[in-house]
Amino acid sequence: MQFGIFTVGDVTTDPTTGRTPVDAERIKAMLTIGKHAEDVGLDVFATGEHHNPPFVPSSPTTMLGYLAAQTSRIILSTATTLITTSDPVKIAEDFAMLQVIADGRVDLTLGRGNTGPVYPWFGQDIRQGIPLALENYALLRRLWDEEVVDWSGEFRTPLQGFVSTPRPLDGVPPFVWHGSIRSPEIAEQAAFYGDGFFSNHIFWPAEHTAKMIAYYRQRFEHYGHGTAQQAIVGLGGQVFMRKNSQDAVNEFRPYFDNAPVYGHGPSLEDFTSQTPLTVGSPQEVIDRTLGFRDYAGDYQRQLWLMDHAGLPLKTVLEQLDILGGDVVPVLRAEFAKDRPADVPAGPTHESLVAAAAVKAQAQTQTLAGRATIKAAPGAAFGLSVVDQNVDPSVEPAPVDTTKIDTTQKGA
Amino acid sequence: MTVRTLAVVSAGLSQPSSTRMLADKLAAATVSRLEEDGIETQVQTFELRDVAQDIMNNMLTGFPSPKLDSVIEAVTGADGLIAVTPIFTTSYSGLFKSFFDVIDNRALTEMPVVIGATAGTARHSLALDYALRPMFTYLHAVVVPTSVYAASEDWGSGADTVKTLPDRIDRAAGELAALVARTDRSHLVQDPFALDASFSPTGGFQAQ
Repeated sequence: MQFGIFTVGDVTTDPTTGRTPVDAERIKAMLTIGKHAEDVGLDVFATGEHHNPPFVPSSPTTMLGYLAAQTSRIILSTATTLITTSDPVKIAEDFAMLQVIADGRVDLTLGRGNTGPVYPWFGQDIRQGIPLALENYALLRRLWDEEVVDWSGEFRTPLQGFVSTPRPLDGVPPFVWHGSIRSPEIAEQAAFYGDGFFSNHIFWPAEHTAKMIAYYRQRFEHYGHGTAQQAIVGLGGQVFMRKNSQDAVNEFRPYFDNAPVYGHGPSLEDFTSQTPLTVGSPQEVIDRTLGFRDYAGDYQRQLWLMDHAGLPLKTVLEQLDILGGDVVPVLRAEFAKDRPADVPAGPTHESLVAAAAVKAQAQTQTLAGRATIKAAPGAAFGLSVVDQNVDPSVEPAPVDTTKIDTTQKGA
Repeated sequence: MTVRTLAVVSAGLSQPSSTRMLADKLAAATVSRLEEDGIETQVQTFELRDVAQDIMNNMLTGFPSPKLDSVIEAVTGADGLIAVTPIFTTSYSGLFKSFFDVIDNRALTEMPVVIGATAGTARHSLALDYALRPMFTYLHAVVVPTSVYAASEDWGSGADTVKTLPDRIDRAAGELAALVARTDRSHLVQDPFALDASFSPTGGFQAQ
């Protein structure tokens, strides 16, 4: 299982000092946070994408490219990449480029974005958010999976004889997660492709997240990528920790009370009881996080939001120290217990390459099996000698979209 | 005996509240009309004041507290709705509007509704028709033709003696009861994961 952090990249006034960082300072802080995430032993750093103040990360692959050079182990990801308003061709190119630069330590989470004006600024209509996400991703998939692409759709200039460069590293595109808070269409899309489903989790009650994930798992199985418990699930989380629980509450409260999204609304106590937000001791965070498994099942990736609402850099780095030092090692051990052997680990470039090799080998053996089938003993009685011993849990089989009946409706 | 559920929403703020009084009278009249048709009615009445902070929190966070969620469930899952607001500054109160703002805009589709309002004078009675009625029409609810407005004088000697408040209430209740008797809304299964019939996971484009 992978543990990491995701950042929204908000520039927010520190309510305890009244100080607001300038954009440059905030961006540098995000880079420091990204590097520190690796130093404390985390597995993933993911950045948001925004095109409006008070958010700074408008160009995620630039940021992640820098971090790729400054780190050696951590997976660089997004939360989220805007599949609606960004050109899927540019996404295909940018992330294939980043994938090479980072030696494969790259994946991405696609999201629609919820800032109304961003759509018209990029020539789109927010009411078309779902159709844009569906069509743009279908194109992105083809740009990575196929060499020469002829394409036409509703939302973008047609392509004739287009080859997206660079080609995916080792012939294996970055793993894709689909992020959504409440749209079953996106869970359905993730399930259809056998991709990961990332639930934001932190802004809504857990019962809601539980239903979305259950739906995704069920549809993942329906589309033939494996059993429901083998579906690839990621969860958001949000924590603030101090050794003594009450110190954490006292220190975090002004940031909570003034935070974007939920500030000036419910009390810290109400919000922690109604959402996964946990403010307290490392042990409380461990207990709460382990509880996610009760409703999400055994999952692959846990990311926390650690650096928003104006928290100063020094505090964020201290939080990462606690997370990496006291919390994640315990979670690794605890989540590993009773985890079914056929539940996949978090996807990495290496696991995707290995799965692709297994698949290629299986195809070769199938062909070889067909070639020898006439001579095989028992063939006359309908006994097949084709090797079926391929582990389906290693990687969900890619979907051949040409063979899928697109008139099939989601239930 | 056939059973129907009736939700009553009152946005009155004071105790006692004339808005709540009007809501209760509309409810009682509707129950009695349905009884005449052999239909038993279960009434659930909600004072929005009790969930006022939850409504505003929902506005800010995007999700309802468990307490508000139970109110929304009861209202949207009913067979009929009586919605009554005080008139503030020539329109529905902000609390009343906010409650309907945080409900999913498809959740009241085909809901039989009676609208009512109270105020100090009769001068703002058209607010029912320029504010409340269009709001419920937008939500695809079915608002009965008669709406009931009760000014302060309607509760005492200055009341209309030709079309009295009880007459108006009874007429509205009769219209609502007729729709509630026929609907089976409360028995419909709401599937939040139901996808549009035209949905395709690859979008509208055709693979070449």
